[in-house]
Amino acid sequence: MIDKYDAIVIGAGHNGLVCSALLAKAGKKVLVLEANNQVGGAAITREFAEGYSASACAHLLYQLQPQVEKDLNLNLKLASKNMSTIVLSKGIEHVSYCGSKVTGVNDSDQKNFKEFTKRMTKFANLLKPYLNKAPPRLGTKNKKDLFTLAMLGFDLRRMGQVEMREFLRLIGMNIYDELDERFESPLLKGGLSLDSVLGTHLGPRSPNTILTYLYRMAGKHGEISLPEGGMGSVSKALSDCAEAAGVEIKTNSQVKKVLLAKGAATGVELNDGTVYNSEIVVSNADPKKTMLELVGARNVETRFTHRIDNIRMKGNAAKLHIALNKLPTIKGFSDADYGQRILIAPDENYVEKAFNPAKYGKSSPQPVMEITFPSVNDDSLAPSGGHVMSAIVQYAPYKHKSDWNEEARNNFKNAIYSVLKQYMPDIDSCTLSMELLTPVDLENEFHITGGHWHHGELTLDQFMFVRPVAGSAQYQMPIDGLYLCGAGSHPGGGISGASGRNAAQVILKKGNK
Amino acid sequence: MTPVKINTGRLRTPFYPRLAELDFLNTWHNWAGYTSAEALYCEDMEYFAIRNSTGVFDITPMTKYRITGPDALDYLNRLVTRDMRKIKPGRVAYAIWCDDQGQVIDDGTIFHLREGEYRLCSQERHFAWLTTAAIGFDVSIKEETAEVAALAVQGPTSYSVLKNMAIDGLDTLKPFGLIHHQIFGTELMISRTGFTGDLGYELWIDPDKAIDLWDALFEAGKLHGIKAIGTHALGLARKEAGYLAPFEDFLPAEATVRTGRTRSPLEIGMEWLVDFNKDNFNGRRALLKEKAEGSKWRLVRLDIEGNKTADHSYIYSQGKNNSEEIGFITSAAWSPICKQNIALGTVKAPYGKPGDNVWVEVYYQREMHWNKVMAKATVVDKPFWFPPRRGATPPAPF
Repeated sequence: MIDKYDAIVIGAGHNGLVCSALLAKAGKKVLVLEANNQVGGAAITREFAEGYSASACAHLLYQLQPQVEKDLNLNLKLASKNMSTIVLSKGIEHVSYCGSKVTGVNDSDQKNFKEFTKRMTKFANLLKPYLNKAPPRLGTKNKKDLFTLAMLGFDLRRMGQVEMREFLRLIGMNIYDELDERFESPLLKGGLSLDSVLGTHLGPRSPNTILTYLYRMAGKHGEISLPEGGMGSVSKALSDCAEAAGVEIKTNSQVKKVLLAKGAATGVELNDGTVYNSEIVVSNADPKKTMLELVGARNVETRFTHRIDNIRMKGNAAKLHIALNKLPTIKGFSDADYGQRILIAPDENYVEKAFNPAKYGKSSPQPVMEITFPSVNDDSLAPSGGHVMSAIVQYAPYKHKSDWNEEARNNFKNAIYSVLKQYMPDIDSCTLSMELLTPVDLENEFHITGGHWHHGELTLDQFMFVRPVAGSAQYQMPIDGLYLCGAGSHPGGGISGASGRNAAQVILKKGNK
Repeated sequence: MTPVKINTGRLRTPFYPRLAELDFLNTWHNWAGYTSAEALYCEDMEYFAIRNSTGVFDITPMTKYRITGPDALDYLNRLVTRDMRKIKPGRVAYAIWCDDQGQVIDDGTIFHLREGEYRLCSQERHFAWLTTAAIGFDVSIKEETAEVAALAVQGPTSYSVLKNMAIDGLDTLKPFGLIHHQIFGTELMISRTGFTGDLGYELWIDPDKAIDLWDALFEAGKLHGIKAIGTHALGLARKEAGYLAPFEDFLPAEATVRTGRTRSPLEIGMEWLVDFNKDNFNGRRALLKEKAEGSKWRLVRLDIEGNKTADHSYIYSQGKNNSEEIGFITSAAWSPICKQNIALGTVKAPYGKPGDNVWVEVYYQREMHWNKVMAKATVVDKPFWFPPRRGATPPAPF
């Protein structure tokens, strides 16, 4: 069977869907090929126990770029929005923050938190416009690139000398030192530390963790919401939008390789041998999978291959799903509190210590967690009376010493439960069943190299001009007609849609020339 | 703790004891970590051994890599610019490899020893590059420089010398062919290759049998004028043959710092080695672009008037005072066999087409005083020295 399209998108992850929808809206005939049986990539809702469903990977929405929503006329249904973050204390003095307000800390911390969030918001706003366009090339004479670079410099300078210095001081720094200088409350410091390192192979003392924090803030100023029906509903909305624009989406269609002729893409071949032709192939898969597996090292240059091969993308976050017969008891919690974002990160050193073993191929004996009970505000996820706990648990290194054998999994499960029990003493009796997805499971299920949620660590050496690698940050790969549109390209991970949107813009501009 | 004694000086090849016996001049230099004789007793006599009888040169320091594995052929085909699928077992390919920008990293020879088993030889070391290039290939790359001793046996009587050693298969061994021969309880590989542009062979053997091989070779060649030679004699022979030397006629791309100091294969006269019709090879995209847009440089072989050697001279478009400076000489010599003043040089394209005339500014010293002459030179497209015996199969006996 031979079919010809204007563009083929490999992978129906959220970025692939955004990209395909925008291409189709511009009049292109687009085909999206998804390996799994439903669209969304890792942004799906799936049943993990009979009657109980949860978002398979990311479970909270805070980075979806407003430009994406606007371009696609998205109208997402949210089960709750503007959620607070509650950092659990072993007693009842939990710390809770939302926007620039924090409760459960002293006056000085409250005042400092206001200043801190104000400054971080300002810096995040500075970055934001640059996340929503292709990064400029360095060392080029291209006028548009030079203009963008000049604008970046100008925007920095415009903040004033003090703020610019502060930005330059902070951008490569670690969050630990900044928090330690400003705050007294261990819970507040623990919570903000975890905010900075979520989904990364970084501890709060690792350089770059201010950047990751800013990146998190650059979506909607850190505003957190929970999509109704789990993350799958976001993907569903995006795929509805794509299909309405004329995109053809085929699930259960795993691409085996990108077909090439004389250094240019000509289409793709599926595992079952089906061939689809198109002079534009856009990959929502991560850069390593795209270039080393789908294209093949032999078809690209040596140094480029080397750079791609060296992208740091070993996942460190595990996903935990628990089916509950009732909500576990948390001391001092009101009913509404269960509907918020809940963190277990008692202090900044605890978070750092949780990270330490990950460096040596072991999981944390005392993990940190981001917990939600999505069923509190969304009864579609659990049978009546029952509840779902969905948690991101760190650290669970992809390269585990034991390769995540049964014993290692059980040890990690036990560690998670022993931590949970300190805050939810009745968690055992509430648990009906549980599922733990390590980065290895995420890799197998969602075809993400290293099981890394962000398709590559978000650090300065893999950011902006050098994401995924130096010289190829503008979505176009060194194969004519081949583009990346996933989180591995600029700006990066999270349910943001920015990579997909930026890629579509680059592809369309190229086509108009 | 007892101190460990580590030999940090230059390495000695397995042939060193024999070379040392023959050495009269005591002039040695460093070649890839090994000590290598510049000349042993008389540079001129050694040179004439290559052209008139047989010169034996120790090429053990030549860097050698064994490349094997299911993807060996695909790997090499991506590495080098020529089509390696055409190089059958028992054949040798002269090849060039480039970086991502299509700039030459080095040249070398690839021996297809047996089906799927290759040896890559080059003057410089390239393990890092070869390993990097192996990402995504099921291939093994092993540095075997010290595990193979090798001699170049070059000159008109070399065929007869090897015949005296009762080596089978020499009669049908064509240039760039290789054969295996059992001797001293081990395997000797004989390839009809060399760096002299003359009839010649290269012998490759287990280092433990190196001395046995040397002795047998010199015994077999004693009536055929066999002589050990040094680098200088070989250097002159290679210029006559028009062969390039890295660091002299081009810089390996990885060794340059300044932009614009690298060269593409198209700029050093190696376009014939670049096969745009095969699948992707490293540098292909960049080279296609260069081919479309035009190259900046051209490598030229020059036949220069007069007898003053044009070492490091500037090349001009005209003989007049105000003419444009268009390039420079990279290696030059008076060729005793051709009776020609020869040189290799680099000029800006589009200067230097075969048959063109250029002018070379030659400085020379006479009793301390410097003199200058503007010598007219002709660009030639053939090697200066290319005797029929180089290609004759079987070669004529002596």
